[in-house]
Amino acid sequence: MSFLKITKREDTPRQKAILIRIISVVLSLIFAGLVIAVLGYNPLEVFSSMVSGALGSASRLRQTVTKAVPLIITSLGILVAFKMKFWNIGGEGQIMMGAFAAASVALFVDLPQPLMLLCMAAAAMIAGGIWAFIPAIFKAKMGTNETIFTLMLNYIAIKFVTYLQFGPWKDPNSQGFPKIADFPKSAVLPSIGGMHMGWIIALVLVILVYILMNHTKKGFEISVVGESVQTAKYAGMPISRIIILSMLLSGGLCGLTGMIQASAVEKTLSSALSANYGFTAITTTWLSGLNAIAALFVCSAFAILVQGSSYIQISMSVPAAVADMIQAIILFFVLGSEFFLQYKVSFHKHGKEAK
Amino acid sequence: MLLNFLVAAVVAGTPLIFATLGEIITEKAGNTNLGVEGMMFMGAIIGFIVGQQTNNAILAMIGAGIAGGVGALLYAFLTVSLRANQIVCGLTLTIFGKGFSSFLGQKVMGTLVPASIQQFFVPRPIPVLSSIPYIGKIFFNQDIFVYIGYLLIIGATVYLFRTKPGLNLRAVGESAASADASGINVTLYKYIHIILGGALCGLGGAYMSLVTVPVWQENIIAGRGWIAVALVIFASWHPVKALIGSLLFGGLSIVGFRLQSMGIHVSQYLIDMLPYLATIVIVIISTRKNKKEDMAPADLGNAYFREER
Amino acid sequence: MKPTKAIEMKNISKSFGAVKANENVNLTVYNGEIHALLGENGAGKSTLMSMLSGIYTPDSGSISINEKPVEFSSPKDAINLGIGMIHQHFKLVDVLSAKENMVLGSKGAMLHGKQLSRDMQKICDQYGLDIKPDKKVYQMSVGEKQTLEIIKVLYRGAKILILDEPTAVLTPQEIKRLFDILRNMKAQGCAIVIITHKLNEVLEISDRITVLRRGQSIETVETKDVAVNHLVEMMVGKKVDLELEKPQCITDKELLRVDGLYVSTKENKHALQDISFTLHGGEILGVAGVAGSGQKEICETIAGLLPAEKGRIFFENENILGKSPGEIIRLGIRMGFIPEDRLGMGLVGSMDMVHNIMLKDYRNQKGIFLRKKGAAEKAERLVKELEILTPHIHYPIKKLSGGNIQKVLLGREIDSNPKILITAYPARGLDIGASYKIYDLLNAQKKNGVGILFIGEDLDVLMALCDRIMVFCGGQMTGIVNPSVMSKEDIGLLMAGGTTSADSTNSVAQKEGETQ
Repeated sequence: MSFLKITKREDTPRQKAILIRIISVVLSLIFAGLVIAVLGYNPLEVFSSMVSGALGSASRLRQTVTKAVPLIITSLGILVAFKMKFWNIGGEGQIMMGAFAAASVALFVDLPQPLMLLCMAAAAMIAGGIWAFIPAIFKAKMGTNETIFTLMLNYIAIKFVTYLQFGPWKDPNSQGFPKIADFPKSAVLPSIGGMHMGWIIALVLVILVYILMNHTKKGFEISVVGESVQTAKYAGMPISRIIILSMLLSGGLCGLTGMIQASAVEKTLSSALSANYGFTAITTTWLSGLNAIAALFVCSAFAILVQGSSYIQISMSVPAAVADMIQAIILFFVLGSEFFLQYKVSFHKHGKEAK
Repeated sequence: MLLNFLVAAVVAGTPLIFATLGEIITEKAGNTNLGVEGMMFMGAIIGFIVGQQTNNAILAMIGAGIAGGVGALLYAFLTVSLRANQIVCGLTLTIFGKGFSSFLGQKVMGTLVPASIQQFFVPRPIPVLSSIPYIGKIFFNQDIFVYIGYLLIIGATVYLFRTKPGLNLRAVGESAASADASGINVTLYKYIHIILGGALCGLGGAYMSLVTVPVWQENIIAGRGWIAVALVIFASWHPVKALIGSLLFGGLSIVGFRLQSMGIHVSQYLIDMLPYLATIVIVIISTRKNKKEDMAPADLGNAYFREER
Repeated sequence: MKPTKAIEMKNISKSFGAVKANENVNLTVYNGEIHALLGENGAGKSTLMSMLSGIYTPDSGSISINEKPVEFSSPKDAINLGIGMIHQHFKLVDVLSAKENMVLGSKGAMLHGKQLSRDMQKICDQYGLDIKPDKKVYQMSVGEKQTLEIIKVLYRGAKILILDEPTAVLTPQEIKRLFDILRNMKAQGCAIVIITHKLNEVLEISDRITVLRRGQSIETVETKDVAVNHLVEMMVGKKVDLELEKPQCITDKELLRVDGLYVSTKENKHALQDISFTLHGGEILGVAGVAGSGQKEICETIAGLLPAEKGRIFFENENILGKSPGEIIRLGIRMGFIPEDRLGMGLVGSMDMVHNIMLKDYRNQKGIFLRKKGAAEKAERLVKELEILTPHIHYPIKKLSGGNIQKVLLGREIDSNPKILITAYPARGLDIGASYKIYDLLNAQKKNGVGILFIGEDLDVLMALCDRIMVFCGGQMTGIVNPSVMSKEDIGLLMAGGTTSADSTNSVAQKEGETQ
C-alpha cells in the first residue's frame, strides 16, 4: 500500500530548518550541475566562474551589490503587500511607472542636484504608489482579483514606456536610434564607496520596513488584515484605508526602485529598465518568509546568482538562457524544500509494526 | 475587409483557445498555474524542432503537447506533492520555460517550418459548414489546428458537465476534502488535469511557432500566456466562453495592423495595450457577478493534506 | 443466531505530533446494532472514526470489517467495503446539486441526470426521506444537507454507517426523524455508530455504548444497564456535578434595547425580521434556534459588523445602530463580543496571546509604535487567573486546544470590563470541564451586573443557564419564554416555527410585562 508516510510537523527546530535549507541548495546545485553538463559545459567551471564573477574582485562585488539594490527595495515593497495577502505581482509595472515619473522630472525640470533627486524620488514613489493604488481600490471596494489586475498593469506600463521611447520622447540627437535622452548630471545619484548610493537607501529601508511591520500599530493592522479580514473588522480596524495605504507604500517602494535604476544605472528611461526585478522579487520575498531582514539576505544571495550568471555569459559565453534555467532549477529546489520544513516523511510498512 | 479581419482574428485567437482551455482544466482541479507562458514557450520550441526534424505535423503537435505536459508535471510535483506555493512555482516555471525555449531556439533562430508542415496547416474548408454565409468563411475555412481547438472545446464541455470524471474533477476544485471523503483520488485527479492543462498550453505555443509565425524567433509567445490566465476569469471557467473570449482577444491583438493598413495612424505600442486594458475591464466586470456557478472553484490555490487537523 | 461483527478495531493508536489522539482503543460493533461512541471533546472519537473511514491511517493496531482484516489507504477503500461516514462538518460540494453530490466518486463514464433523479427518489421512498434531486447544496438548510449525506451513503450501499455529532445542528423534531431513519436502517441489518456527547440521546437511541476518555477506550456497556451519572463518570473520569447555577440578580437597569430590527445580507434577504427585545443588567438572555436562524446576524448587527435595514439598537439609551466596531470602541461603549467563529473573527490564530490581547485596545496607545509590555503582563495574568494551558504567552494560539483558545477570547473580553457581553456558542467544541468553567465565568459576570446575550445550541444548557430564552426561526422571533415554565418540547416547536399552546405563551408575556 502506501510506503511513504507523511505527517505534519508541529514545530521545526531552527537548526533542522537551516539544515534542510542547506541540503536543498546543495541538491539544487548538483542537479543544476547535471543540467549544465548535459548542455555541454563543465559544471565545476561554470559554478566557480559564477562565484568569482560575483564576488571575485572589488569591482565585481560592487556589480553584485548594484544588482542586489533594486531586488531588495522591490522585495520590501512586495513584502508589505504580501503580508496583507494582497498578491501584488505588479512590481514590474510599478518600477516602470516610478522610473517614468522620475524621468519626467529629470528631463523637463531644471533643479539643483539634491532637490532634483528628492523630487524624482517623490514623483517615483507617488507614481508607483498610484499604479498599485488602482488595483488596491478595486480590491478593497469590489473584491476584484488583484493578481490578474496587477499583472496586466505591468504590461500596460511597459508598453507605455515603449511608446514614449519610440515616439514622443525619442531623443532627436540619437541618429534615429530609439532611445530617450540621457538625464542631466544633476539627476544622477551620487556614488558612495564606488557604488551609487542606492545601497545605503536599501539598507535604511530594510530597517524601516522591519520596524514598521514588527513594531508599529500600522504594521500590526496590516498583519491582522492579512490573516483575517473578519477579525480586522471585528477589532474595528479601517480595512479599506489599511489596504489602500499599504498598497501605496508597496507600490511606492517599487516606484523608488524605478527611480534608482533610471537615475543611477540606466541614466535614462528605457523599456528594459525593470529587467524582471518585479517578478524576481516575488520569489525572493516569498523565500524570505515575509521578513525584511531575511529579505536582505535572500536578495543578496539572488544577486550573486544573477551577477554570476551574467559574468559567465561573457567569460564562458554561456547563453543567458542557460543562466535563466539554472536560476529556475535552484528556485524549484528551494521552493520544494519548504515541504520538508512543514512535513515529516518516513518510510512505513503498513500496519505491521503494531506489536 | 471586415470578413478578412474576422478570419485573421480566429487565427490570432487560436493559441489563446488552447492555453485558456488548458488553464481552465488546471484551475478546475484547484490549482492556479501561472506557468502558462512558460509552458507555451516549451511547446512552441519542441513542436518547432520536432517538426523540423521529422517533417511531420502530427509528431510536432504531439511533441509540443508532451513538452507542455512535462513543464506542468514539474509544477504539479511541487504544488501537489510538495504543497509549495502555487503562484511562486508558476512564475518560476515561466522563467524556466522561457530559458529552455530560448536556449534550444538558438540553433534554429530565424529558420522556417518545413514546407510539408506548412502545407499541412493550410486552410481547409469543411464541406457544408463552410458554405454558411459569413460564419462558414470565418470559422470553417481554417486550418486543422483550429478545428482541433473547436473539438477540444466541445470535448471539454461535455467532459466537465456530462461525465462522472468531469463531475469528480469539479468536486476536487471546489472542495478537495469533500472529494476525498467521497472516494475520489484527489492527488491523481490533480496530476492528470494539471498535466493535461499543460499539454494544451504546449499546443497553444506550438500554434504560434508552427502556424502563425512559422519562423523561429525569440519571445515568440510575447505575453499570450498571461492573457490566457486572465481569459479564464473572463470565461468564468467555462470552455465555450473561453472560445468566445479567445476570439475576441485574437481580434484585439491584430486591430493595430488593420488600422494601419486602413491608413489610420495610432502608435502600435498604444494599440498593444488594448488586450491588457480590456482584460482589466473584464476582470472588474466579472467581479460583479454573484452567481455561485460562475465563480472561481472554491478550493482554488489551496494545497490539500488529508490529515490536516 | 449470533450477529456477525461488522466492525472490530483492536489496539488502535494514532498520534498527531506530540498529541496521542488514540491509544490502544478497542471497539466492536455488530450488524443490526446502533452503537454510541461517547466521550468528551478531544477524547478521540472523531479520530477513531476517521481511521475507520480511511481518512487517517492508524499508527498501529488492526481493523476488521465483517470479520475480515482490512487495511485502508484512502476513503475509497472504506467506501468499497460498505462503510459510509457522515462528518460533523458536511463533506458536500456547495455548487453541485443533490444528485451530483450523491453520485460523486462513483464508477462509470457518463452522467445520466434522469436516472440519478430516479435512483435518488427510490432511496428516499425506501427510508422515508425527502429532498429535491436538483436542489443546489448552497440553497439547502442544515437538515437537508444531513439528509443528503445520508442518501449519499445509502446510494453506495453502505451497510456500516458512522455519524459524527449528527444532532448538534438539528431541532428536537428533526432529531426524532433522524432517529426514526436510523432505527429503520438498523431493522434492515445495518451497523450504525453514532458519535455524540449528548447523554439523553445516547440512552434513547443506542443498544450499546463505548466510552472514550483521553484517547483510550474505557468501557463498552449495554445501554439498558447504565444510568446518566455513571456514563458521565466514565467520560470525565471522576464524579461531576452537572447542576448549573442560576443566580437571581436581575437589575432594573435596561442595558440593551433592540427595537424593530430588520437585517438583510447577501446570502439571505430576510436574515432578521422585526426583532425586538431588551436586556437588563444581571440577566442572561438566551437565544435558541436551529443553526442559521439569524443568531449570527443578531450578534453581528449589535456589534456593528452588519448594517441593518431598519430598526434601532439602544445601548443605555444611545442608539448605536450604524456605528462601526471602531466607532463603538472609540465611544467607550463597553460591549464584549465572543463570536461563533473564534479563530476566523475573534482572534488571529497565527499570532500569540500578546498580540491577540491587544487586538481591540492597541488603538488607545499613543504614537505610531506598538507597545507590547502592558499586553504581555495582561496575558500572564489571564494565564494564571483562567488556568490557560500554553507553553508560553508567545505561542501561536491556533496551536492551543479549543478550550484554551476560548479562554483567551473570553478572558480578553471580560477583562475589558464590559457592561454587556454577547456570546455565540461559547462552549462549542469544549469538553465538559471547560464548558462548565465557561458557564461559571458567565455567571460570575452576571452577578457583577453584566447583561449577557447567550446564543446556544444545547437546549438543556440554555434552559439551565438563562433567565429568559428568545427563540428564533428563519430570522423571526417566535417567542420569548421563561424556561422554568416551558417544556423543552414546546421550545422545540417554536424553533421549528410553530406556536405552542396559547396559555403558556401568555403566561410568559405576562411575566415580561411584570419585569418592565
